[in-house]
Amino acid sequence: MDLLNGLLNKEKRAIARMITLVEANDEEALRILSDLYKFSGKAYVIGITGPPGAGKSTLTDKLASNLRKEGKKVGIIAVDPTSPFTGGAILGDRIRMNKLATDPGVFIRSMGARGHLGGISKATHAAVKILDIAGFDYIFIETVGVGQSEIDIVKATDTVVMVMVPGLGDDIQALKAGIMEIADIFAVNKSDRDGADRTKVEIEMMLDFSCTNWRPPVTKVVATYNEGIEELIDNVFEHKNFLISSGTFLEKRILNSEAEIIGLIKDRIIDRIVNDSSNENDVRIYAEQAAKRKIDPYTASVELLVKSMKEVDNSGCKKG
Amino acid sequence: MGKTIRVLIAKPGLDGHDRGAKVIARALRDAGMEVIYTGLRLTPEQIVQSAIQEDVDAVALSILSGAHNYLLPRVVELLKEENAYDDILVLGGGVIPEEDIPQLKEKGIAEIFTHGTSTQVTIDFIRNNVKNSVRCS
Amino acid sequence: MFDKNEIKQLKKKKNVWEEEKVQKTLNRFPERKEQFTTVSNKIVDRLYTPINVEDFDYQQDSGYPGEFPFTRGVQPTMYRGRLWTMRQYAGFATAEESNNRYKFLLEQGQTGLSVAFDLPTQIGYDSDHSLSQGEVGKVGVAIDSLKDMEILFDGIPLDNVSTSMTINAPAAVLLAMYIAVAEKQGVSSDKLKGTIQNDILKEYIARGTYIFPVEPSMRLIIDIFAYCAEVVPKWNTISISGYHIREAGSTATQEVAFTLADGIAYVEAAIKAGLEVDSFAPRLSFFFNAHNDLLEEVSKYRAARRLWAKIMKERFGAKNPKSMQLKFHTQTGGSTLTAQQPENNIVRVAIQTLAAVLGGTQSLHTNSKDEALALPTEDSVRIALRTQQIVAHESGVAETIDPLAGSYYVESLTTEIENGAMDYIKKIDDLGGAAKAIEKGYIQKEIMDSSYEYQIQVEKNERIIVGMNKFKIEEKAPKGLLKVDPAVGEMQKAKINQLKSERNQKEVESRLRALKDAATGDDNLMPYILEAVKAYATLGEICDELRGVFGEYEQSVII
Repeated sequence: MDLLNGLLNKEKRAIARMITLVEANDEEALRILSDLYKFSGKAYVIGITGPPGAGKSTLTDKLASNLRKEGKKVGIIAVDPTSPFTGGAILGDRIRMNKLATDPGVFIRSMGARGHLGGISKATHAAVKILDIAGFDYIFIETVGVGQSEIDIVKATDTVVMVMVPGLGDDIQALKAGIMEIADIFAVNKSDRDGADRTKVEIEMMLDFSCTNWRPPVTKVVATYNEGIEELIDNVFEHKNFLISSGTFLEKRILNSEAEIIGLIKDRIIDRIVNDSSNENDVRIYAEQAAKRKIDPYTASVELLVKSMKEVDNSGCKKG
Repeated sequence: MGKTIRVLIAKPGLDGHDRGAKVIARALRDAGMEVIYTGLRLTPEQIVQSAIQEDVDAVALSILSGAHNYLLPRVVELLKEENAYDDILVLGGGVIPEEDIPQLKEKGIAEIFTHGTSTQVTIDFIRNNVKNSVRCS
Repeated sequence: MFDKNEIKQLKKKKNVWEEEKVQKTLNRFPERKEQFTTVSNKIVDRLYTPINVEDFDYQQDSGYPGEFPFTRGVQPTMYRGRLWTMRQYAGFATAEESNNRYKFLLEQGQTGLSVAFDLPTQIGYDSDHSLSQGEVGKVGVAIDSLKDMEILFDGIPLDNVSTSMTINAPAAVLLAMYIAVAEKQGVSSDKLKGTIQNDILKEYIARGTYIFPVEPSMRLIIDIFAYCAEVVPKWNTISISGYHIREAGSTATQEVAFTLADGIAYVEAAIKAGLEVDSFAPRLSFFFNAHNDLLEEVSKYRAARRLWAKIMKERFGAKNPKSMQLKFHTQTGGSTLTAQQPENNIVRVAIQTLAAVLGGTQSLHTNSKDEALALPTEDSVRIALRTQQIVAHESGVAETIDPLAGSYYVESLTTEIENGAMDYIKKIDDLGGAAKAIEKGYIQKEIMDSSYEYQIQVEKNERIIVGMNKFKIEEKAPKGLLKVDPAVGEMQKAKINQLKSERNQKEVESRLRALKDAATGDDNLMPYILEAVKAYATLGEICDELRGVFGEYEQSVII
């Protein structure tokens, strides 16, 4: 399969295969992505996060459907947890999006978190770029949704929609810390249920205590019945306009790139020292020493790091 | 890093008996695969488009309604139209009479797992037969 | 039942027996397994004695047949008066072919009809809908309009037969068609006897043929309750089903628990809609599975009867004893049948038949040996029916009421299942009732866990399935299976086209509009549906009208 041209021609099979390959850290695919990086950056990236059972997938489905009515092309990346024991995963978010499956202007991809914490997977950033290059106007990332610490979504997107449901009660207080830094917009889903207004008020009250230039709007929606979805999309547009008019849009993207670069550096170093089979024994040896209190872990980490740097120096470059 | 095997599990047609599909989903997950579970009432078109976007190694289709002779070959046909059949293994399961199996295989279904097949047999079959020659260039 | 001293003595003697006799034997011959369990994974002791039932109070826990809490049966004479209804679920292809099968079954001595509908009918799609492709006439008969229903019951006098219809989401429409056919035969609706399944909650849990979201679905069900109480008083308006929950892999206790939890949800909804409990509760009926574990199954039916009676009396304040009686239909467990050595299935079905009869069922469908392979042929249906007839007339188990009562094992298992089910019902109450528990995926998750555990046990050969994981033989592919002609789909489409060209289109449209208006308000929908049906509006048209108002259910998938 000619991935480079396939991607530029927006062929779904090429897009899909590229994502598979970047997930597997395939060098060739990453090189293609490096080459095509300059074509990315046009898509607007929206994070959908919130506690389990909040209806994130249904909401994403409805947001995407409404954007489709305006002729926009929509990419969706839905992340689900990976079993830490087997590496397997059941990815079930598509169930809510089956009607979009055959829409040529929509691309939906399910990803396992594959050991990555923070609500998205390591390859999610790359998958977003692939969809961006392939010409999707809006890209949604639906997070794992296990709890509050899905902070990574902020650094992977332009706007984050936090989905809540009535009846969380005390949970809102508990989530408070995690939520405030994440959410640009609140959606109170399943608002046809008792307690929706209360939840909205509680969120508003929480927002009263924070002073930022952008005050996140709180919108009641019923995703199942497509109620409030247009308003929610307007919220996204408003946030986008705010970012642009306040001059923070570029700054936000710089921060995102910074986070991504730092993340990649970490991955590369760890890969070099820990995951590299030739060094694997080294780590093990140091660990044994540390366990026997013959070396401390601080010194061990420095020595391992220095060692791996030397290797690079000696050979000029290391095998990939 | 090796490639994780990805399998799409779907229930084409209208039957709602998803016990077998769910058991297989769990078993494949426990065998370290990524399972894309798409639920009930899918059309062959939806299954094929999903399989392509998810770039799966196999689609496993569970049918207990007797509509297999129409639905299974239809999925193969559509995969071929999308030039994706060479990459994706098509598997069937459910209540499928022995006598229908040869013609289903002739039409491109790689294997049929009927009631009573151990999940390990299915797992092994997928591992041994995924068409991964085109992967990891 | 026993006095305290007696129990004390027995415990002492049992200890001695265990230490001396049993231990000695165990030293020489260890038991076959470390732990014995029922098919539902309940631990089974070596021996049951009065010690296991020391708190048992005969009058309170058992009582007499036909009396609260109905543990021993719902009628005072049970099968000595009348045998259970032998009711084979049947239907395939077109109305014409199914009509022939019904006549065959009635000639063979069957005493009630049970209609199987194809999946498009069950989900409210006409045969010409795109999703119906490949499904028309496959698992049951295709019914698109009153025309098909007229053919289905042609020559079968509806005042003489009781008819059970396995129909849920569009139950109101099919019931309306039945009433309309009867009217054409000159049979008034107060003479009609039968059952519609009409149990949407278990569709969400286990069976999957839902259409509308929970609330409008519940409304349709309650509309049927209210309508039938007035117009079709002998009709069983719902068959609250554990059968499919069990088929989905639940344990016996879960089958009882989730079925009765669904039952509670229906009763609550009806009361909330303003119905008086004793006005509809006597027409509630149940539907259970008959699995292989004979004694566990018998205990299960007894536990369900006792628990339901208490719920109706204590929780809902029912006064009419008929409201407290759990009457049930049974079907032998389809998932217990093997595709390997299908003749073995005849034996399985015979054991399951015994379970249902010893458990006091009101009607029974016995599966045919080839059901794990395809639709049953006439020959295999006959054997299945004969199995019931042999149990009824030759085995002797129908000659006295509830013959296993008083067995230490059966009584203690009955109590254990009842308690287990009560615990589940309490949890479901805490979650906000069955509908909420389904939405949260709690019930599905519990079933899925049991189902997966069972599967693993079978795969590890910890459970033996004869012919499947042990005692296997080389087999040839079975011959002579029943095939539904793929042309059925085309035939039905042609019928719909013809119907649409012949009927009074204006009338159809105005009645569909009236239905739609009623659906937006809160009138009872039954009369509107009946009018639409009589004008030959199709099932799909009627359901589409309702989809437009109600929306569609989205499944919560729990794996």
